[in-house]
Amino acid sequence: MSTPAGVAPPKAHAPHEAHHEPLGFWRLYVFSTDHKVIGIQYAVTGLLFLLFGFSLMMLMRWQLAYPGAALPLIGNLLGEARMPGGIMLPEFYNELGAMHGTIMVFLGVVPLAVGGFGNFVLPLQIGAPDMAFPRLNMLSYWSFFLGGMTMLASFFVPGGAAQSGWTSYAPLSIIAGSGQTMWLFGMVFLITSSLLGAINFIATTIQLRAKGLTFMRFPFFVWAQFVTAFLLLLAFPPLEAAAFLQLMDRLAGTSFFLPSGLVVSGQVLTNAGGGNPLLWQHLFWFLAHPEVYVLILPAMGIVSEIIANNTRKPLWGYRSMVYSLIFLGFMSFVVWAHHMFMTGMGTAMAAFFQTTTMIISIPSVVILTALIISLWGGSIRFNTPMLFATAFLPMFGIGGLTGLPLGLNVADIPLHDTYYVIAHFHYVVAPGTIFALFAGIYYWYPKATGRKMNETLGVIHFIGSFICMNVVFMPMFLVGLAGVSRRLYDGGAAYAFAQPVLHWNVVSSWGAWTMALFQIPFIFNFFWSIRKGEKTGDNPWQATTIEWTAPSPPPHGNFLTPPEAYRGPYEYSVPGAARDFVPQSEA
Amino acid sequence: MEIPYTVEIRRDTGLNNGKIAIWLFLASEVMLFGALFASYILIRTGSTSWPRGDTILNVPLATFNTIVLISSSVTMVMAWASLMRGRFNTFRVYMASTVLLGGVFLVVKYFEYSHKFHDDLFPRTNNFLAIYFTLTGLHMLHVIGGMAVNAYFLGPGAKLWKTNPVWFTNRVEHSGLFWHFVDLVWIFLFPTLYLL
Repeated sequence: MSTPAGVAPPKAHAPHEAHHEPLGFWRLYVFSTDHKVIGIQYAVTGLLFLLFGFSLMMLMRWQLAYPGAALPLIGNLLGEARMPGGIMLPEFYNELGAMHGTIMVFLGVVPLAVGGFGNFVLPLQIGAPDMAFPRLNMLSYWSFFLGGMTMLASFFVPGGAAQSGWTSYAPLSIIAGSGQTMWLFGMVFLITSSLLGAINFIATTIQLRAKGLTFMRFPFFVWAQFVTAFLLLLAFPPLEAAAFLQLMDRLAGTSFFLPSGLVVSGQVLTNAGGGNPLLWQHLFWFLAHPEVYVLILPAMGIVSEIIANNTRKPLWGYRSMVYSLIFLGFMSFVVWAHHMFMTGMGTAMAAFFQTTTMIISIPSVVILTALIISLWGGSIRFNTPMLFATAFLPMFGIGGLTGLPLGLNVADIPLHDTYYVIAHFHYVVAPGTIFALFAGIYYWYPKATGRKMNETLGVIHFIGSFICMNVVFMPMFLVGLAGVSRRLYDGGAAYAFAQPVLHWNVVSSWGAWTMALFQIPFIFNFFWSIRKGEKTGDNPWQATTIEWTAPSPPPHGNFLTPPEAYRGPYEYSVPGAARDFVPQSEA
Repeated sequence: MEIPYTVEIRRDTGLNNGKIAIWLFLASEVMLFGALFASYILIRTGSTSWPRGDTILNVPLATFNTIVLISSSVTMVMAWASLMRGRFNTFRVYMASTVLLGGVFLVVKYFEYSHKFHDDLFPRTNNFLAIYFTLTGLHMLHVIGGMAVNAYFLGPGAKLWKTNPVWFTNRVEHSGLFWHFVDLVWIFLFPTLYLL
């Protein structure tokens, strides 16, 4: 906007610091508007939800490994309504399944990857004093928090939490108990949170870049968050619309998702009918496919930073990676119906969506290949962040490549809804994204605290998690290829054809429980290092990007002098330079 | 450290932060209403019978409401234009008219709704009414939201005019963009629901 003609231009602001009284505990650590505090709040809340979601899964794994057996020790603690005599009821199993998915995706990984790392790292990497809208940022966190609390509270309503899967497919979800209504309200809070966050990220990236930091000088992490923010901004509203429609169906008695003459428990429903259950699937997957990329793109960003830093080489093919990223973000909006091949949508539609699905695999492969080639010829430092980052590459590779058969209409028919699908997307998200998130925690921990996390404990955490992840998920490919459905409460024990692979369920379960043990070094390390970790300077990894020029931990306002960018993000081992890295902000 | 570009424009983007944010927000709103309109199309094309809107709904009242909302968009622009000319009192008159016209819209909508309820027409009656109440209800929430923001700029928010008139003018402009969007949604809703 141009300056109004009739008004005097605003007076120069008095320096902010001049009237800065010290903030109290609540404003400093709880209702803070500082992007670093909000980032840490997001990260810690996200980690707690990851642990909680993982615990739900460990309970499910007992039932899958030993169907109908009483769970020793804690089985009796969960109440007669859910586990009478320590034996899990099917309804409780369904609650656990639905809430595991919901919590891991919407309350664990996304808040940690976008809310946590995005908030903490992105403004620092672009040399900004804070996010463009600090109060909106705080609102975003608290909206997320409310959404999370709503989801947790839903366990205590009559009938328990949502039981219709994280996808909440209609009509099952419409006739489900009141936990489903809580789920929908929780989602509305979470969608609001990510909407506010996305607007903030995009505005911050475009507007608050340091002088000289052009888009092609962005660290890859910034690009990843930038594209992710667009996905959140544009893909979540249709789910919000879907949530409204489902709320109307559940609370006002409409029939958006209920067909005419639907029979439930032998009774014809008296609702008006005429609705379409597939409409829910379309609206849901229109969000949820871009959501898959919301889960993976920040992870790719983190891994790229760490690989460039620890190979002491520029990223190979930075530009093609960026273009692939943008293309990936765009394409993620036109592949959603590959989740719906089994709905009988016709060969023409199936052909379209399997074609777009095959096309979207190309940019993912470009990025992964560029990262692998980046390793070539580097003198690699295998510290903990780098161990997790390198492990990401094959794990994401397995997850991605096993997705191709699922994207082909014909191959999807036998594989659909089997354990193969579970194995596929968990390889992408669990040893893929979550490993990248661990890498990021180890990598930026010194920036947030001024201390490094312990390397020995980190290596134990890594090796244990790496082995256990594969023990958990690799057998699921075998179980799935044998045709066992992912929705079975007994893990397939009732079916003759599943008998030869049932022992793999036990292997997976023990893998999951062992993996829990290997998280203990991480949890201990995380808290212990805040006070006892090895002290570091501002730039312990000899990194080039701008966040490392700020003090560790950065003060309010981040930088002592406003940084400027003079070069690209990864000037490592420049021939003729005095050191093996040239910071972006060095003139 | 102050956040830069809240008032002054960043040279290489030609924008201030708020302008970007409000357009991004409107983009997400387009996706929200777009999804609902798409749902409308899917449900209507999949139904065996669908009533014409004017056989159930009151077209004259809705036409009146359309005029009311378009007028409120005009007064909204005038409110912002008054600020650009530095005329705060004119701004107050136009802004109050905007809020008032929003109120008129809601009152008319209240009579429409209560008339439907009186005739035993509820969202659960059929899918036409279901989508009618959902779309207009959500639109009404947007009207209420816009009115709340505009009322804030008339009341406590107006204090900013004294300390930072440019920032205040920007804020009114951004809330105006939202108000026009709300108006625009109605302009799509009116023919879709009442006339087709």
